[in-house]
Amino acid sequence: MKYEDIVHRCFRCGYCKFTGDYIDFNCPSYRKFFFESYSPGGRMWLIRAWLNDEIKNSDRFQEILFSCATCANCMEHCVFTFSDDLVNVFLAAREEMVNQGIIPPAVRDYLKNINISGNPYKEPADERGKWAEGTSVETYDGQDYLLYIGCVGSYDERAKKIARAVGDLLAHAGISFGILGDRETCDGNEVRALGEMGLFQFLAEQNISLFKDLGIQRIITMDPHAFNAFKKDYPGLGGTFEAYHYTQILAPVVASSKIPLKDYRAKVTFHDPCYLGRHNGEYEAPRKILHAIPGLEVIEMDQSKENAFCCGGGGGNFFTDILGGGDESPNRIRVRQAHSTGANIVAVACPQCAKMLDDAIKLEELDDKLEVLDVAEIVMRALDQPT
Amino acid sequence: MIDIASQLAHIVGERFVSNNPEEAFFYARDPGLMPAHKPDYVVVPKTASEIQEILRLASRERIPVVPMGAGMSLTGLVIPLRGGIVIDMKRMNRILEVNEKARYVIVEGGTSHGALKAYLDKHCPRLRHSIPDSPATATVAANVMIHGQGRLTQQYGFNSDMVSGLEVVLPSGEICTIGSCALSPYWFSKGAPLPDLTGLFLGWFGATGIITKVALKLYPRKKMRDVEIFVTDRDDLVPDMVYELTHTEMVEDINIFAQPMPMIFKDNHHITLFITGDTDEELEFKRKMVWNCLDGFIKSKDGGFMSVPPVMKPTLLDMPQRSVSRFADVKKGGGFEYSGPIIPVETYPACTRKVMELGSKYDLAYSAMARVIGRNHAMMFGFAFTFNRADPQMMERTRKALEEGGEFALAAGGVFWKPTIDEQRLALEKMDATTRDLMKMIKENLDPLGIMNPGNWEVV
Ligand SMILES: Cc1cc2nc3c(=O)[nH]c(=O)nc-3n(C[C@H](O)[C@H](O)[C@H](O)COP(=O)(O)OP(=O)(O)OC[C@H]3O[C@@H](n4cnc5c(N)ncnc54)[C@H](O)[C@@H]3O)c2cc1C
Repeated sequence: MKYEDIVHRCFRCGYCKFTGDYIDFNCPSYRKFFFESYSPGGRMWLIRAWLNDEIKNSDRFQEILFSCATCANCMEHCVFTFSDDLVNVFLAAREEMVNQGIIPPAVRDYLKNINISGNPYKEPADERGKWAEGTSVETYDGQDYLLYIGCVGSYDERAKKIARAVGDLLAHAGISFGILGDRETCDGNEVRALGEMGLFQFLAEQNISLFKDLGIQRIITMDPHAFNAFKKDYPGLGGTFEAYHYTQILAPVVASSKIPLKDYRAKVTFHDPCYLGRHNGEYEAPRKILHAIPGLEVIEMDQSKENAFCCGGGGGNFFTDILGGGDESPNRIRVRQAHSTGANIVAVACPQCAKMLDDAIKLEELDDKLEVLDVAEIVMRALDQPT
Repeated sequence: MIDIASQLAHIVGERFVSNNPEEAFFYARDPGLMPAHKPDYVVVPKTASEIQEILRLASRERIPVVPMGAGMSLTGLVIPLRGGIVIDMKRMNRILEVNEKARYVIVEGGTSHGALKAYLDKHCPRLRHSIPDSPATATVAANVMIHGQGRLTQQYGFNSDMVSGLEVVLPSGEICTIGSCALSPYWFSKGAPLPDLTGLFLGWFGATGIITKVALKLYPRKKMRDVEIFVTDRDDLVPDMVYELTHTEMVEDINIFAQPMPMIFKDNHHITLFITGDTDEELEFKRKMVWNCLDGFIKSKDGGFMSVPPVMKPTLLDMPQRSVSRFADVKKGGGFEYSGPIIPVETYPACTRKVMELGSKYDLAYSAMARVIGRNHAMMFGFAFTFNRADPQMMERTRKALEEGGEFALAAGGVFWKPTIDEQRLALEKMDATTRDLMKMIKENLDPLGIMNPGNWEVV
């Protein structure tokens, strides 16, 4: 197994489970299951036991490995020099399991759907660009940027609204961009996170070749997961594009008052998406946008930025739901944390987080108190306010 | 035959019981070097009443029960030597009450030191507790259970001396409060002016009951904190230096380390002193007192204050000091264990020489790490070794070195701290026979079925 040489080096001291200030446990799967085995240290020790044939690949072992949200909290807080590779170890173990064909059914179904349909929803490709109908968003044809939406933004009803807000906003800001529409296909970030490296490579190479054919050099993504794949994994496969999350493009525009924002009175708390924040170190762009909106009060949660608590959707869990269920599921915990700040809006910058937290608000019966909005949707509201 | 797993599930909920091989593997061991032994069940309860039910079930069915905090004591104290039920306490992690004016806090039995620190940082910035340098997951209850030591130990004694009340579930399943809280709503004293019953539980490693609440004394937190390091190559003078330092009553904490790496540390003893103050003036006054008290040693050229590089300060001032855990990967092998006997300070020179001798005899990377307890009343002396978990021979050598270190300290007048079962056996053998009988009587009365962390403090 890749990274096998570091598996025995975990001392299982547990710093990886916490926030940096120890205010709470911050590993989503540990927080839900509360057995040490579901913590990063537990995984390290169990992977080693599995490699040494001391335990078998069971349903439980699969749940332990695939409930990791790859949120990178462990990487942030582990005290050892191999901390940067912790998630890589977990992905390598998943890869082994995928190669052996012994994986949870939900993971198998996800991978199968991507393989067959190019998206997890089993929807036809020509539905991909439908979200843009009725907007001024154009198809890519040599503009400055490609706007890459991703599977969730293309097919999920809630996320499509975010896609429209992002598209409208970029257009409003005068950014030159276009979309791929029905030629867009899965970026593969979750495929990689679920350990199917062969399929990931296939998707990435397919995308790289399409982007190159179209002369694309700069990509704006709506989804931090795609942003992560383009920024971190595509270069290794020959795909060196400039990748941005849309908030990085909009932050300077909004800060320079190019878009005149009206007064929008609301209390907002921002939930950092793991693939924007911890994985790629971008904490400020979305905050800059929110702070630029007149009348908006931004309140931080105790667990924010490097210490943000994951919504539980990362690492493929958005699709497989291995981490979901029960009142200690990460999205419900996160919504309670957001609610405790007194905010009436929880702002997100990721369609997966939006959906996870939306679901949790319903389960927590907070519908009349808390609303989930993407940063782009909040800006659109500020634009639409009556003067 | 009753199905124990479903009985446990009935008590704590299905999700929080496991008899799966994965949990059996993990909870069979701690990060140290004692042999593994699998539990039959692992449970993660949420309330004291669930623990009562578990103990009632365990008594009825005569199943061993082992409470576990973070498992960081390293000496096998949470390994279920006879199988049975491991109770992972960490879901009981609420901070229940802070009495600001009487300076104490009440926490649940699985609350971590890290969480308590974070809570005080946020809500009670003028209060602090005696935080140990164990990883932040280490629990308050287990730390007092093993008579741990922390940042305030030089001033106020063992962390267990700072307990001001307990709630304990007895092996029978009954629950009782210990200290002033037994008859008052206030948790200000663990015993006095009543008979101090905490001794029936503290130090027993869960062999007489399970702590479900602990009250801990809190202390004034000064606004500023700084660190100085006095370096000497005269191990024989370290006890005198510590004596002078403790006489000033100006120091928060005194730690001493001696280790061969990096090269500049070799053959030196680093007396690390922490000072605190609310103003620059207070800090400077204390610093001056500390410098003055060691002046004689500076003049005789037996030591001097090293200038602590700014990059080193955050590492030293960190609470808990995460760098201590990093010692585990010095050999790129994730292994660290220390035998940490409590010794008279005067035996420091002999113990340091011993750890160095063991390091070279067994070809191991070592560190001598000591913390002063009380005003020179004693010190915890760590014979600390790091090992590679993928190298069974190195692990065996480390085991031997630890064993020898512990025995050496015992012969030199020290007492084992958080002893392994083998060390417990040695301690019981060496102990005053009447004291041993008293321990036996206490154990047999509180735990007549012998189900509580069996193997520990067992007088045979
Ligand atoms: C890097 C490192 C540094 C350390 N530095 C320090 C230090 O500075 N000071 C210090 O004191 N220690 C230190 N330690 C030792 C140890 O980690 C601590 O003492 C720690 O507090 C133990 O807590 P735990 O929750 O890990 O205990 P565990 O190992 O889980 O338990 C210890 C004992 O308590 C029993 N127990 C646990 N919970 C309960 C309960 N609720 N009721 C009854 N019995 C219970 C267990 O059965 C066991 O016998 C260090 C360890 C490491 C690895």
